[in-house]
Amino acid sequence: MASLDLTQTAGRRRARVIKFAISIGTFLAIVATTYLGLLAVTFFIGRVIPIDPVLSIVGDRAPASTIARVRQELGLNEPLYTQFYIYVSKVLQGDFGTSVLTTNPVMTDIRRVFPATMELATLGTIIGSLIGVPLGVLAAVKRGSFIDQTVRVIGLFGYSVPIFWLGLIALLIFYARLGWTAGPGRIDVVFEYTFTPITGFYIIDAIMQRQWDALRNILSHIILPACLLGYYSLAYVSRMTRSFMLNELEQEYVVAARAKGLSESRIIWRHALRNAAVPLVTVIALSYAGLLEGSVLTETVFAWPGLGQYITNSLQNADMNAVLGGTIIIGSVFIALNLVSDLLYRTLDPRTRAR
Amino acid sequence: MMMNLGRFRILAAGAAISAIMAVTGPAWTATPQDTLVIAFAFDDIITLDPAESFELSTGEILGNSYDRLVRLDINDTSNVTKDIAESWTVSEDGLTYTFKIKPDLKFASGNPVTAEDVAFSIQRAVKLDKSPVFILTQFGITADNVEEKAKATDPSTFVLTLDQPYAPSFVLNCLTADVASVVDKKLVLENVVDNDYGNAWLKTHYAGSGPMKIRDWRANEILVLERNDNYHGEKAKLVRVIYRHVKESATQRLLLEKGDVDVARNLEPGDLDAVSKEDSISLTNAPKGTIYYFSLNQKNETLAKPEVREALKYLVDYEAIGATLIKGIGTLHQTFLPKGVLGELDEMPYKLDVNKAKELLEKAGLKDGFSVTMDVRNNQPVTGIAESVQQTFAKAGVKLEIIPGDGKQTLTKYRARNHDMYIGQWGMDYWDPHSNADTFSSNPDNKDGASSTTLAWRNSWDIPELTKETRAAVLERDTAKRIEMYHDLQKKVLETGPYVILFQQTEVAGVRGNVENYRLGPSFSTNYVYTVSKK
Repeated sequence: MASLDLTQTAGRRRARVIKFAISIGTFLAIVATTYLGLLAVTFFIGRVIPIDPVLSIVGDRAPASTIARVRQELGLNEPLYTQFYIYVSKVLQGDFGTSVLTTNPVMTDIRRVFPATMELATLGTIIGSLIGVPLGVLAAVKRGSFIDQTVRVIGLFGYSVPIFWLGLIALLIFYARLGWTAGPGRIDVVFEYTFTPITGFYIIDAIMQRQWDALRNILSHIILPACLLGYYSLAYVSRMTRSFMLNELEQEYVVAARAKGLSESRIIWRHALRNAAVPLVTVIALSYAGLLEGSVLTETVFAWPGLGQYITNSLQNADMNAVLGGTIIIGSVFIALNLVSDLLYRTLDPRTRAR
Repeated sequence: MMMNLGRFRILAAGAAISAIMAVTGPAWTATPQDTLVIAFAFDDIITLDPAESFELSTGEILGNSYDRLVRLDINDTSNVTKDIAESWTVSEDGLTYTFKIKPDLKFASGNPVTAEDVAFSIQRAVKLDKSPVFILTQFGITADNVEEKAKATDPSTFVLTLDQPYAPSFVLNCLTADVASVVDKKLVLENVVDNDYGNAWLKTHYAGSGPMKIRDWRANEILVLERNDNYHGEKAKLVRVIYRHVKESATQRLLLEKGDVDVARNLEPGDLDAVSKEDSISLTNAPKGTIYYFSLNQKNETLAKPEVREALKYLVDYEAIGATLIKGIGTLHQTFLPKGVLGELDEMPYKLDVNKAKELLEKAGLKDGFSVTMDVRNNQPVTGIAESVQQTFAKAGVKLEIIPGDGKQTLTKYRARNHDMYIGQWGMDYWDPHSNADTFSSNPDNKDGASSTTLAWRNSWDIPELTKETRAAVLERDTAKRIEMYHDLQKKVLETGPYVILFQQTEVAGVRGNVENYRLGPSFSTNYVYTVSKK
């Protein structure tokens, strides 16, 4: 009996391993196809736009010989598919090429600009979720009430008002008029000589170096743009939370719980929200990914040297290596966040674990 | 979408700021007393190597940090003055220039500055063959002969040999350019990788002897200049100058009003108006070597008629454009040499005259007008100007269709000669009349695919006579005669050329009251910050 049990367990384990391997394989295949598609589309769009990339490098005045030399160096004389093949094979070796605009390797550039964006987006998402979820729950519970209407207005406002405008107004009020926060930029110039970025995440760097003055200054700089992005994500998260919650609150298990005499707050926060949390994770992950692409307008208003400004500037100059590199990063972020939310599903939803 | 937003953004931002600023004045925080902080959109900087750089913002950085043999005389920009050269002579035949270098000069690194460094710098620039190299190679210098043509005969004597007897003013003006900056040979050679003449290293490092040292540059973020205590001239008064990259005009304005920066460099007309009303802020401006124009492609048979060219020059409301669209950022100008350059000519014969234009069009057999397109970059002031031109053209029956596009896109089309009309700007490459004459009034080969793509070529304006005259002017060694020749060229281009020149750009900066001696120069390389002090 005991041995039978054992073989059964082993068989089940082997089956699970095979299943796992298949799912990993499928996942990898999907990822590879996604990347290839992403690269192909971006690459060909970049090559058909009527902008001469050589112009961005050598300027309008360079002699014809210089232009010809640079065109040769960039491999632009090759047919398109050859160019694409060369590019992809280089990428597979980890070489993303050099940005023609900054003349740095693309990955060096991205390593510089991405932490700025990520720091901001992470804080923004935390703020947005911490406020957005409770607001959404509240709106769902008090459906149709004054609170519900208020949350709706807040959400609509955040979603429809141009973010650069809000940013400027926020700067005017909290920086220029009240002086509560620091202004645009990541850190005051006086810290230029004492504070050295290591990871590029300034908050982490300041803590690592135990520079509490710098940390205070960094937080004072990041708080406005982070709140702004937070507000933007809050608008979305609160609306989605509300609708997920409404859906849950109509379920029979809620009626059952009420009949059982559970307290209302326990029903809402322990039962309904936990069920609503599963789709909510995807919503938050996607909104985080959206912020990680870099919000060009916010970055411009707050003089924030992030990914959004980098890619926009590159695109306008037909700096395709930089654009492709940035696209890969954003693609990776989406894939990674999807993976994370998939994994979170498993912890949040016992049913997916059992299967 | 971005561009439409851009317009709305300016309006909305301006209105919002004005409303809130009207309620309370901004509080005041100070930048460090020994530091000048400048808000500046410097996303065009891609390298700090003087042999490679050809960008405006970089010009300003290199102008403050690298010495050359000679510099533009900031008080009389049609002239040059000594920098590290103590004196110079030109040989009888006009082919050999001999420079004596000032004694006991030192680079910021402590290495001595000698004629050997000057020769190395010129040789290096020519061999590297980057964008600005033509400023040097136009003297018949090539990578193969440069070691003979530009050499040090002893530690204090540098000799430059040319292929033709050019006008001395032309040669000296070219030597004020950034590409002729003197780099520290010893230091650069220590950092050579793969025979690159130290280019990779110098892109982000500094090897000069100018008034300021470049301490740090993070692209699109910050650039820090520091006083060079080894400088041979009067030392900078401030310890450092920090440039902060701020792209948005409204943001620059906030920083300036709040005192977090001392100088704001990219204020748009609305924000300029507003800061000019602040007591603590003053505006300073300088005409720059960039002119705005629109041109008529001579491949278009209608535009190729002389009467049509002339008529269109009468169909622009210059005064209205000057009073509104370019107020504060430009002054009306119609000749191809900007004010401040040797040989400039201040003539403005054209003004809006619809009747005259109609007469001319009738003479050309176009009584009922015609239709034509114009490629226009999606930004200001050119979009506004194009719209104004569209209206005034219509008064004589000329139907103008505006084709909006991204800057690089319209330029690509222009360079391929696929346009009817193109509105754009032309900035001087180096501070000599030949820089503009060589493009506006010279077209050595009008065939498609020609190697010289001057503005005359881009508009398919075939002008063998003017091309010869332009060539003669650059070889005229008598400066007074040379000036005469440029006056003549400008008049001819003004009358018959396919360009409708509109205005010369003015650069404006908002400066806080405690900053003294902040002056913008005629070129970006002469926007000196080392002369500034604070009280």
